[in-house]
Amino acid sequence: MLAKRIIPCLDIKNGRTVKGVNFLGLRDAGDPVELATRYSMEGADELVFLDITATNEKRKTLVQLVREIARNISIPFTVGGGIQSVDEIEDLLHAGADKVSLNSSIVRDPELISRSAARFGSQCIVAAIDARSHGDNWNVYIKAGTVDTGKNVLEWCRDVARYGAGEILLTSMDRDGTKSGFDNHLLSKVAESVSIPLIASGGAGTIEHCIDAVTSGHADAILAASIFHFREIEIGDLKQAMARAGIPVRLVA
Amino acid sequence: MIAIINYKAGNLASVSNALERLGAPHVITSELDALESADAIIFPGVGHAQAAMQSLHENNLAGWLRQTKKPLLGICLGMQLFFESSDEGDTECLGIIPGRLRLFDNANVKVPHMGWNHFSSVGNHPLLAGIDEKDYFYYVHGYYAPVTEYTIATCHYDAGFSSVVARDNFTGVQFHPEKSGANGVKLLQNFLEFAGAQTGPKNKLII
Repeated sequence: MLAKRIIPCLDIKNGRTVKGVNFLGLRDAGDPVELATRYSMEGADELVFLDITATNEKRKTLVQLVREIARNISIPFTVGGGIQSVDEIEDLLHAGADKVSLNSSIVRDPELISRSAARFGSQCIVAAIDARSHGDNWNVYIKAGTVDTGKNVLEWCRDVARYGAGEILLTSMDRDGTKSGFDNHLLSKVAESVSIPLIASGGAGTIEHCIDAVTSGHADAILAASIFHFREIEIGDLKQAMARAGIPVRLVA
Repeated sequence: MIAIINYKAGNLASVSNALERLGAPHVITSELDALESADAIIFPGVGHAQAAMQSLHENNLAGWLRQTKKPLLGICLGMQLFFESSDEGDTECLGIIPGRLRLFDNANVKVPHMGWNHFSSVGNHPLLAGIDEKDYFYYVHGYYAPVTEYTIATCHYDAGFSSVVARDNFTGVQFHPEKSGANGVKLLQNFLEFAGAQTGPKNKLII
């Protein structure tokens, strides 16, 4: 059975991890490479690095960092944050990233998905979608959740799949940061709308939340940041619990 | 010295990084002279079968690959190209192993098969030393190879398929050992030992 994946997400600014990371035994908690290596050893199935640097110099730093990460870890990783063009995608993939995640840029230019998928394959193009509820529906937000596009999330999910995205990384803005559980209603609606893998994000607070996102939300993978960074949940414990709940996971000795 | 074949369909950086971590000296090359002087060959591949075969032909690599006696590891599309043909672009491949690649049925499963999966069966081969059915490896592929007499490990998704193949000096894996954590490291080490055993003790491939 294909395993359900656990994906820690690291926010990167100027080549360093942001949000104080509360790890015992790390020499430098701001060093993305050291943190990535640690997660990889603890059983993370993939990693996502989200670059939130807002300067013109960002891309050079990011490509350098991606090269360094690729030298040091032996699990797949995705890089995202402000990626606008096929050329930028090429630089990041050549530096060793396995996938890139695209968010605001594909709302402006959906064909960026098809152009990059044709060049590099759908498997490395992740459509990141920020969703906020509007009555009975959800709208797509861009620019780090500050702008409502008015687009319907379910329609946009079908669109990105049709343009050739290989996966959807779906963040519930209603739940993000609340630790009250994933939006399983939203997840299951998206899961039945598309036939590409779905990564659940936003709301993880407990092990049960993660299990529910798979069993009720039909997510293929769970992405979270603070619960892992602050050691509220150990990846090993989470995977053991998921296995006991009958979910196929990759247990690492 | 290991040679990683450089053609248009390679995931070269990841494979090179993995060998670097193992301390295995290697070059990335498409030159036949360099391939001839290497002790073992890694044949990576991602992307479309037709484009990959075209690139092999353009670099005069297809003929060389078919006749080489050097220990060789095909990875992902590299392994798939060992087979006779593929439904992907109706492509004629290298024909080292009989059979045709087919696409998983997206009416039943999500395509591509992407993520961590374990084996359905594991045979006896130096490449698989210390590896068993419950060990997970990282896969990314839409087309799958049939199970043949040269299959030494199988995996199941929508259909059962060849996960690891071996015929004489040719070995191939459908998954990405360079992205499969500790299990992937073990498999690459096994290949280096398999290659070292084939080329003689003087050619120690791990420093």
